[in-house]
Amino acid sequence: MNLLDLLLLIPAAGFFITLLLPRDNPGLVRNFALGLSVVVFVMSLGLIGPVQSNPDAYSFESNAVWIETPHIRYHTGVDGLSLWLVILSTLLTPICILVSWKYIQKRVNEFYAFMLLLLVGVIGVFVSLDLFLFYVFWEVSLVPMYFLVGIWGHDKRIYAAVKFFLYTMAGSVLMLAAIIYLYNKTGSFDLPGIVGLIGDGRLALSPAEGFWLFLAFFFAFAIKVPLFPLHTWLPDAHGEAPTAGSVMLASVMLKLGTYGIVRICLPMFPEAARDNAPWIIGLAIAGIIYGALVAMVQPNMKRLVAYSSVSHLGFVILGVFSFTQAGIDGAVYQMLNHGISTGALFILVGYLYERHHTLEIADYGGVGTVAPWLTTVFMVTTLASVGLPLLNNFVGEFLVLQGAMQVSFGYAFFAAIGVILSVVYMLWMVQRTFYGETPDEVRRHVTDLNGREWAIMLPLIVLMVWMGIGTKSFLPPITANNQKTLEMVLQPSGALNAATTLPAKESVHAR
Amino acid sequence: MHQLWLIPALPFAGFLVNGIFGRRLGKPAINAVAIGSVLLSFLWVVKTLFALGPLESAYTESYFTWIQSGIVNVGFDFAVDRLTAVMLLVVTGVGLLIHIYAVGYMSHEGGYYRFFAYLNLFMFFMLILVLAANFLLLFVGWEGVGLCSYLLIGFYFLKKSAGDAGKKAFVVNRIGDFGFSLAIFLTLVTFGSLDFGAINAKAAAMSPETSAGVITGICLLLLVGATGKSAQVPLYVWLPDAMEGPTPVSALIHAATMVTAGVYMIARSAALFNLAPIALEVVAVIGLLTAVLAATIGLAQNDIKKVFAYSTVSQLGYMFLALGVGAYSAGIFHVMTHAFFKALLFLGAGSVIHALEGEQDLRHMGGLRSKIPVTFLVLVCAAVAIAGVPPFSGFKSKDEILLAVHAHSPWMFWVGVVTAGMTAFYVFRAIFLCFFGSYRGKAHPHESPLVMTLPLGVLALLSLGGGYIDVPHYLAPLFGQPNTDHDMTLVAISVGAGLAGIFLAWLFYVVKPAIPEALAKGLSGPYKLIYNKYYVDEVYDSLVVHPLRDGSRSVLWRGIDAGLIDGAVNGAGTLARSIGAGLRTMQSGYIRRYAAWVVLGSIGLVAAVTFLGGAR
Repeated sequence: MNLLDLLLLIPAAGFFITLLLPRDNPGLVRNFALGLSVVVFVMSLGLIGPVQSNPDAYSFESNAVWIETPHIRYHTGVDGLSLWLVILSTLLTPICILVSWKYIQKRVNEFYAFMLLLLVGVIGVFVSLDLFLFYVFWEVSLVPMYFLVGIWGHDKRIYAAVKFFLYTMAGSVLMLAAIIYLYNKTGSFDLPGIVGLIGDGRLALSPAEGFWLFLAFFFAFAIKVPLFPLHTWLPDAHGEAPTAGSVMLASVMLKLGTYGIVRICLPMFPEAARDNAPWIIGLAIAGIIYGALVAMVQPNMKRLVAYSSVSHLGFVILGVFSFTQAGIDGAVYQMLNHGISTGALFILVGYLYERHHTLEIADYGGVGTVAPWLTTVFMVTTLASVGLPLLNNFVGEFLVLQGAMQVSFGYAFFAAIGVILSVVYMLWMVQRTFYGETPDEVRRHVTDLNGREWAIMLPLIVLMVWMGIGTKSFLPPITANNQKTLEMVLQPSGALNAATTLPAKESVHAR
Repeated sequence: MHQLWLIPALPFAGFLVNGIFGRRLGKPAINAVAIGSVLLSFLWVVKTLFALGPLESAYTESYFTWIQSGIVNVGFDFAVDRLTAVMLLVVTGVGLLIHIYAVGYMSHEGGYYRFFAYLNLFMFFMLILVLAANFLLLFVGWEGVGLCSYLLIGFYFLKKSAGDAGKKAFVVNRIGDFGFSLAIFLTLVTFGSLDFGAINAKAAAMSPETSAGVITGICLLLLVGATGKSAQVPLYVWLPDAMEGPTPVSALIHAATMVTAGVYMIARSAALFNLAPIALEVVAVIGLLTAVLAATIGLAQNDIKKVFAYSTVSQLGYMFLALGVGAYSAGIFHVMTHAFFKALLFLGAGSVIHALEGEQDLRHMGGLRSKIPVTFLVLVCAAVAIAGVPPFSGFKSKDEILLAVHAHSPWMFWVGVVTAGMTAFYVFRAIFLCFFGSYRGKAHPHESPLVMTLPLGVLALLSLGGGYIDVPHYLAPLFGQPNTDHDMTLVAISVGAGLAGIFLAWLFYVVKPAIPEALAKGLSGPYKLIYNKYYVDEVYDSLVVHPLRDGSRSVLWRGIDAGLIDGAVNGAGTLARSIGAGLRTMQSGYIRRYAAWVVLGSIGLVAAVTFLGGAR
């Protein structure tokens, strides 16, 4: 049993223990969940060293038989692609537990139990190397989120939870069908195994097979991302979820989709990925602009941030399907950046909600006068979110757009419009919320940050700056791993070395 | 190593100290931190430049790799050449004077520590901008100064107009940055590097025929960025609104330093622009257009800061005109002299506003000459400098520009001369309205304290004598020798235009104040047009802002999102429920009926597999 197995086992055990803890002692439950998640986070840092020294292979690999027939294995491992996503999940879980400290007052045991189960689910997805195991964890992560929204959400929570569940299920059914089809072909669920078979030509999929399998996986992932126009579950789920739910949803769960694309769609169906890149990029860019424009006119803060996610995640998809080193590195980096800065935005919006019990921007104004530090922290997070240099999002957006430019001027041109619009919607919200005269209602309710709230925000702010300047701490394992993925994607169309030379646009998107 | 990083790091330290602890510090401590950090930075600049000597070639320091991925390899590198040296001295020198002045000006304002923290942060980013050794780091400074501009324009954040102006500045600048960033991406794809040194070397080796298309594209995109930051047509609209910020901010950011970043950036990319004559021509035309347009608007404004704001736009147009005709060193020369006299105009205006307890309307001033004599004196120094009266600083740099323009194309020279006349007119109009005649306001004017008048005095000396700092020759290794063949007829024409402007202003506002009113009535059409700034803001609002906002709300959000997509999703849900209701009748509870369904289903499956040929 290695470190990675423990990272799955401990929160899983924590899930059951939390349910069994006495129900009349919420303080104990909170402290237990927090302590456990902090331990998991600290342990997860142990992944960094080994993965960094060998980023394009799997570290901490476990491979044991789970079920004999059908041949399902417990095969897990972590590499440069999944490393930071795992750590992002383990970092945000204690933060979300701390965020919910005061806010969650009903069914406390269940709430924290579901937070831990969610952690099991998302780590599981990020480290599964067996397609069936991947599917199981995919569904495991869905369940706690359904309840987090449905039980502890706002007024329209049931509608939002059901919509979220049905949307995601629609995709995962297709994914399951594709997984079973592949099993029928190969007799295996093993991800590296199947990729190897396809890579050296021992498993030849007809173009039609490749296309439909790619599409089945891609559809499941695209819903999760969410790629325009499959995004309408997102504003509802975000808008209705409790703060912790919104944070985990935006920061981690959306990344399950983008991660799945890079981990499964690209190496398994390189030809289909290349063939379909143009329309996927088209949708990504449409989503960047569309999400930003719709975010601009939202009267509700949480929905505004939710639509901004549609825009931000469009950049990730664009980067991935540019099939350039810079683009795909930027995409993976942007997954992490979005996790940090949008997570922070949801937390801050949650702070405002806990004080004033409204999410309507129109109910605020002049918060800057009564809560200067809250305003400052919100401002820094906003600046990170709009891609100000020296903060994290800039690096990701820059790399994605650079990659897009290597493929086509038009891609970069239209995607960069999203960078203008992000300023419009974020600063407009900031102005209406924090500037101006302070209404009496706001003056009475809104206070500045307390110690617990500082403890939550400080690590996130530090990461925004660190990831914006010290990219050397994070990027190399991502780059090394993506290089391998890119070679697989670009292999059939000739000897392209994306790392050193420019792939001309003809060869990238050639048939 | 000369520790170049200390130059921006010192103001940044000041920002951190005042930003975090400022609320608990007293004013003397805040002043010491804010001014001290900029003073040390200035001294470090002077010391470094002495140590570096003649700077025949660029001196570079590399600190660490910032971003590395694929073709991207960007370092955190600073470099100093003669162009940077000029900018460093202007930024830290004028910045220092304005910091000192602000101690007096802001003494009665709330948020004192916040103001100085932002101001120091601005210095940090501005110094990164001029020290950057590659485009991406320049972009860091570029965005950073934009942020500080936003924060400082919205400094009086209780006022809605201040918040609006700040947001407008940020958004309009982002439109420019959009172009700039595309230029950066395209540069990296074209040259494989973002380092100025590498790009210049590669550009020099390129033959103009093979590269013309893409280089022209890069240059035009860079120009889009520059029009945003340096307030050129069509993106100049944010700068006049930016006067919502405190006056020292208007002087430092929106006159002396930040708005000249576009000029600096184009001069920095001279190697590229030299390969793209079409782009250079566009720069010249935009500069000229901006110079004329803003000058005409400046003729009719009544807010003293607005007059000077349009004057800044107009003078920036002059600088672009210089760049466009290839006279980069003349453009940078004007950046410097303009920093002196325009900072002085704003700070002097601030001193007037300070004396009148916040009054900015020229119609409520007048006769202040005897009440605030020092302010009057320094403002006259600034006015003669900007009006191009020889031998003061503005004359020197404007002369340099106009000569180069004449060599390029005479018609541009004549337009430039007319603009120079208008410049002299509106500046002296402000001076006469403010200081001559009889006082028309209600406040009790008082002269500003020494902490304000001392920087004014220094700037006055620089405005008068700064033209003798021979920037064009100093920059010759970078941009080639300036044209030394001064045609005295041309000089006389441009000086004459300036003097004529002054004379007309004197006639209109001192001798016969009835003339301007009669003119405004007689030419009410054109007068209204320029008084209302050609209605450009209104046009932008109705053509861009409103359609975008209303379209997003009614078409995208309510129409597509809630109507089309969610309609389909909810429709599918309803459909599923009715199918489910239908299917429920099958769950009758009778075993026999279930058996029948199983048999039927199996037959159907087998049939399907047979006809379709199976999955394998």
